[in-house]
Amino acid sequence: MAEGMELPLYEVFVRSRRGLDHKHVGSLHAEDGPQALKFARDCYTRRGEGVSIWVVKSSDIVASQEEDAASFFDPSNDKPYRHATFYRLPPEVKNL
Amino acid sequence: MSLPQGALGHFLLALGDDSLILGQRLSEWCGKAPLLEEDIAIANVALDYLGRAEKCYRYLSELEQGRRSVDQIAFLRHSRAYRNLLIFELPIGDFAHTMARQAMVDAFHLEYFKRLARSSDARIAALAAEAAKESRFHLKRSREWVLRLGGGTAESRARIQRAFDRLWGYGPELFAMDRHEAALLESGVSADRSALKPRWRALMETLLAEAALDAPGQEWSVAGGREGVHTEHHGYLLAEMQSMQRAYPGLRW
Amino acid sequence: MSEYRLSDAELAAAFQQRVDEERKIEPKDWMPTAYRRSLVRQISQHAHSEVIGMQPEGNWITRAPTLKRKMILLAKVQDEAGHGLYLYSAAETLGVAREEMIEALHEGRAKYASIFNYPTLTWADVGVIGWLVDSAAIVNQISLQRTSYGPYSRAMIRICKEESFHQRQGFEMLMPLASGSPEQKAMAQDAMNRWWWPTLMMFGPHDAESVHSAQSMQWKIKRRSNDEMRQDFVDQAVPQAEHLGLAVPDPDLKWNAERGHYDFGAIDWDEFQAVIAGNGPCNRERLAAHSKAHREGEWVREALRAYEERKSAAGPGEEAVPPSAERLRIA
Repeated sequence: MAEGMELPLYEVFVRSRRGLDHKHVGSLHAEDGPQALKFARDCYTRRGEGVSIWVVKSSDIVASQEEDAASFFDPSNDKPYRHATFYRLPPEVKNL
Repeated sequence: MSLPQGALGHFLLALGDDSLILGQRLSEWCGKAPLLEEDIAIANVALDYLGRAEKCYRYLSELEQGRRSVDQIAFLRHSRAYRNLLIFELPIGDFAHTMARQAMVDAFHLEYFKRLARSSDARIAALAAEAAKESRFHLKRSREWVLRLGGGTAESRARIQRAFDRLWGYGPELFAMDRHEAALLESGVSADRSALKPRWRALMETLLAEAALDAPGQEWSVAGGREGVHTEHHGYLLAEMQSMQRAYPGLRW
Repeated sequence: MSEYRLSDAELAAAFQQRVDEERKIEPKDWMPTAYRRSLVRQISQHAHSEVIGMQPEGNWITRAPTLKRKMILLAKVQDEAGHGLYLYSAAETLGVAREEMIEALHEGRAKYASIFNYPTLTWADVGVIGWLVDSAAIVNQISLQRTSYGPYSRAMIRICKEESFHQRQGFEMLMPLASGSPEQKAMAQDAMNRWWWPTLMMFGPHDAESVHSAQSMQWKIKRRSNDEMRQDFVDQAVPQAEHLGLAVPDPDLKWNAERGHYDFGAIDWDEFQAVIAGNGPCNRERLAAHSKAHREGEWVREALRAYEERKSAAGPGEEAVPPSAERLRIA
């Protein structure tokens, strides 16, 4: 079948509980956003897994490219001081 | 059984049969829907109806002090003793036919169950409140499908128009009060379905106009479900649905 | 963009190292072409199995003997559609469209689990499928939760969570039959007799004969060998059958204390090969039924595409309706 004959692909994100982030759960095909949202409810939350759903057209996602990963992520890897574990404190100091 | 309780029994049976028969029909789509996403979605609608039937029959079974179980009520009657309205038993047809029927009954159910949710019978009120919530979602779905099929290709447009034309004559029966339902009106147990007709017509006309479809004329209508006078399709539906209970009477499954 | 590019050999080595370190491969990562091809083959086959697998059980939805069983079965078959969807989604991250996969299925270029080419003749078959076939599937799927490809692994985790209900409902459904009337017991035993061997075949050929196994294991697409999983399944299922009072139709089945496993009889690989080759009792019907539903849905999918085009032409946020139309308000 020729490219473009399929309905657009949507990525589905579900917030499983209030207070949590929306998490990517998979994708589905739909004609538009509202239909994707309704399908997502039936396809990805059949067991009450969600309190909120986002759907995003897959083609609208701007993603970092793996081949750029070196320049994109490595710089922050050499900033260990951004991580809590960088700091050694005396064991008797609590709640930090 | 005194009349009000008898009337309540009949009322529950009618509501239960409407739900069971449409649930059975919708379940026929499982594995056959036009897209996998819709296959999953339509099964959820079927499950809503089957669950609603179960609640009605359970209440009825309790009213009868367990004389008949839920399954005896659901499966062990002859066609003439089923009280479902005719529109629910019609074969699924093509996808347009299924969705046109859904649009008609979803719009009706939303309005009807919103009223019935104020029933003086707490159990019926609770069941109806749940059903209204389900119907709201069902109608959103069926509305969008009607718009898409109406605004899709020439073929889809012809199919959805034809479906409404064929189904339209089964619409009026949705608004006919039977005597049991009427008897329960004064005590506030039932809701006046006949009063919903103008509202339903307005909803349907808006939807059809939105989809640029013609509102079918009301030159023909048919009724009889509440008296057990069904279409010829009903017997086949039951033959299939009841086959296990008929072949192996009285067993636990 | 980095100035300097790694050679294919360097990329392959880095890839294998990542796999060896149990770090998942994600869609945009570099991967060997054959790895991608293998994944598409396996994931789409798995997706097709879920979807074709809806037929034998779906066959009984309208005839389920009680309202409760009807709802459970419909929900179960619906889950299978859901699992198919998760798996098609996972395969689509590899750049293959669902339509292409379905076309490959219809043209016989893609396979699905051979077990679904047997007919469900009685209600007990539905129970036995839930119990035995789903148990066998779960043994495989649990191991696949650790598969090296991220989207596949995540789909498997989701599926395993949902599948446990399937296997339990199958067993629970057989309980009243196994302890019921002589007719019910006979129905359950007959189903057991017909499904036992095909279920053992689900794990595929012996390790030595398995075409794709070695490479798939090295890439950690596949995590456990066919024979290992088959043995696990037998060890689990035999005590469960005993609990139900159903006989396992294998005269050679016996506990081997030394190995700590059940020994079992020889599988009829000719039958397996025949079914895989498309000559099982229901291969043709299963494919025909799937093609028919797909074909009959084509006008609906076309309508959706046409509607979408019209809407995009109308501009963002517009529905493809005449401007004069009032909108239905659902309250």
